Amino acid sequence: MEQFLNIFLGGLLIGGIYSLVSMGLSLQYGVAKVLNIAHGEFLMIGAFATYWLQESGVDPLLTVVIVGPVMFLVGFLLYRTVFTSIRLRSAHPGIYESNSLLAAFGIYFIVQNIGILIWGTTPHSYTYLNTSISVAGALFTQNRIVAAAFAVVIGIAFYLFLTNTRTGKAIRAAAQDPSTAGLMGVNIDFVLALCFGFGAAMAGVAGSLISICYSLSTSMGLGYTVIAIVVVTLGGLGSIPGSFIGGFVLGIIGSAVSYWQPGLTVASYYVIFIILLLVRPKGIMGK
Amino acid sequence: MHLLEGEKVTKYFGGLAAVSEVDFYVDEGEILGLIGPNGAGKTTLFNLISAALEPKPGVIKFRDEQINGLRPYKICRLGIARTFQTVKIFGNLPVIENVRVGSLFGPLKGLSTAEATKVALELLEFVGLSKVAYTPARDMTLVNQKRLEVARALATKPTLLLLDELMAGLNQTELLDTMELVKQIQKKGITIIMIEHVMKAIMGICDRIIVLHHGKKIADGTPEEVANSKKVIEVYLGEASDAGS
Amino acid sequence: MNFSSINWKRAAMQPGIPVLLLILVALAPLYGSGYIVTLFTYFILYMVLSVSWTIFSGSTGYISLASAAFYGVGIYAAAMFGERMPFIFVILIGGIASFILAFIVGAITLRLRGIYFAMFTFGLVVLMKEVIHYWEITIEGTRGHFVIYQSNETIFYYLLGIFIVTMIVAYIIRKSRYGLALASIGENEEAAGHTGINVTMVKVITFAISAVFMGAAGAVMATKFTYIDPGVAFNPMMSFSPALMAIFGGMGSIYGPVVGAVFFSYLQEWLMTGSLKNYYMLIFGAILVLTIIYLPSGITGLIQNLWRRIRGARSAPTRG
Repeated sequence: MEQFLNIFLGGLLIGGIYSLVSMGLSLQYGVAKVLNIAHGEFLMIGAFATYWLQESGVDPLLTVVIVGPVMFLVGFLLYRTVFTSIRLRSAHPGIYESNSLLAAFGIYFIVQNIGILIWGTTPHSYTYLNTSISVAGALFTQNRIVAAAFAVVIGIAFYLFLTNTRTGKAIRAAAQDPSTAGLMGVNIDFVLALCFGFGAAMAGVAGSLISICYSLSTSMGLGYTVIAIVVVTLGGLGSIPGSFIGGFVLGIIGSAVSYWQPGLTVASYYVIFIILLLVRPKGIMGK
Repeated sequence: MHLLEGEKVTKYFGGLAAVSEVDFYVDEGEILGLIGPNGAGKTTLFNLISAALEPKPGVIKFRDEQINGLRPYKICRLGIARTFQTVKIFGNLPVIENVRVGSLFGPLKGLSTAEATKVALELLEFVGLSKVAYTPARDMTLVNQKRLEVARALATKPTLLLLDELMAGLNQTELLDTMELVKQIQKKGITIIMIEHVMKAIMGICDRIIVLHHGKKIADGTPEEVANSKKVIEVYLGEASDAGS
Repeated sequence: MNFSSINWKRAAMQPGIPVLLLILVALAPLYGSGYIVTLFTYFILYMVLSVSWTIFSGSTGYISLASAAFYGVGIYAAAMFGERMPFIFVILIGGIASFILAFIVGAITLRLRGIYFAMFTFGLVVLMKEVIHYWEITIEGTRGHFVIYQSNETIFYYLLGIFIVTMIVAYIIRKSRYGLALASIGENEEAAGHTGINVTMVKVITFAISAVFMGAAGAVMATKFTYIDPGVAFNPMMSFSPALMAIFGGMGSIYGPVVGAVFFSYLQEWLMTGSLKNYYMLIFGAILVLTIIYLPSGITGLIQNLWRRIRGARSAPTRG
């Protein structure tokens, strides 16, 4: 029973982070139609940025305020320079999707290489709120709880932004049907760039939160990208609540598998992904 | 025996019935018109016949054999060819290659490559595109792209041809030419079902007309019968007054 | 473009210069140093991978990122059977095993949308790496395998043989009615289906055929490594490189992927041995992005366009 609780709560805590990463990818893939394989690299950059800032004395949680906007800008500009021109040159959406996937791979190599040039390949870590507290008999470090709580709050705040503001509604309209949204006076290139920017910001912030509880390395990104892809498929393409819930589901599954067979955690994500694609490509929340 | 027959053909999208319990048939040699307001389910019905979609529930029979559940290429090889409402040509391939795809893969027994070329050239002549046989299909006008689709469909040696809005957006001369083309196809012994909004064309060449509205069949008869049907007039007048308000 | 009529006499005469180059390459072990032979071996390896990638992905537009999986299957075939049977059978096993894997993967995934197919194939590489790694560690209690040794010349000539077969098959597919079917699937899959093409069958078979050469090449290359483990065998770079090479070289011509392969393997060799070693991925990525934005039809496409323009400029005055 205690073991079960341990696995379950551990899964929920990491699940909060997965949710945030996946909501970011959901915006990029579900709305902007870029399967951004470099998503995890933005996370890695965010994590190292926080590491840098805390070394010069900034509170790691405060770095979120810097990392978020900066990553947003990076993502926004990246979309405007690279993906907009691919979109405009593509004969049909299928070509746009595959070409932007390949371009995203290119960006992955570039960012990864830059990361290695600056931070090398050895793992880095620092300590923050490292004392353990007991939750229903299971022990967890404070930093994990704080990180998960932050992730959930940011996730919910973003969802409210989508449902209650004009910009948020434009994004949701674009997710439904880009051409109609364009007709209704939404500047589609701008909105898609916004989505890409928000996606990058979420990845960056998730990276900051990860850095306060786990060690970081320049190769950490791809693993999170894979998780985000599985979650986005699980939750249903373009469904933000779907990604949010899917993150927790995958967190719990991952927590259980790694308790039973740590060597098969990543493989289990792929197996889930494959089964989903074959059985229900629309995802659990898809219509 | 009807050539093609549908019994209670139904298709739901989400909770909405795009086609609802439609019974229909077409006899050998006929030209059957399929009309109805936008969103009436006409193209969906074509998609069901050509197996782009599967009816649920419902049965479609071709020469008394059930054909729903088969894959599109099988339907094509059985002798049912189609064109598309929004053209789906092979844009980067030359015009003649578009047609050769049809003659090489469409008939139950494929042709040799030399025969296929010969057939393709004849069909391009037939639809009036022989001059542009070697230009990429995407460089043609929309009118000619639609004609190319007809040639490609004919290349598959169909007994039944489904034409989806062949005449939309044509000027007067083009319209008359195209009506003539449809009659010529009928003379080859090919049965035709055509979706059309151009009433003049429909009334002029169809032997029989089916009217769909909100996925349901509301009329089925000769052009005169349909034109005088109260229900049909209501639907079309209703639409006209909607548009006017 | 004219499909399905192969003029064999012309086909034999036309590629004069490429055949001459091929003979020159084939004689490399006679005049070249060991370094040249190894360099050419890598050229040919990447030529095989990118040409076979293009056979399927170039015409249908489905981006496969499974090349590394098929290549890795070939490598493992050599590790498992290398000592038990003649080399040529090992290569055949590598090819056939890849064919079967690709056939199964194709049959279950090629009804998905293109982007899912790309993800799935990429996942396949990582999945195989993880699962084999786990198998070796927990069940066999080992990590990796030794592979029987072959001389550099043997490896070179076997690869060259595979390359020639790959080119011939790619040529036949491109020019046959089968190639027309593939091209029409790439242009509009739905219309291709309604025009009598068994779309799924054509896609699955082509995907499986393209995998044969990757598997065979893997079986040959394994003997060069002498020791292999899942990390070496299932390296995702072996999925990206062929795709990039083909796109960069241009897929409109059968020589495009060959040009791309030579360019990138030389670039890789040059960067990896020079002072820019640490920037290899950065440069690789930048070229990938720039190619997709500015050279969608690749180098050969660019040359063809330029050539057409030059000829057009020359003939224009005489016409007018």
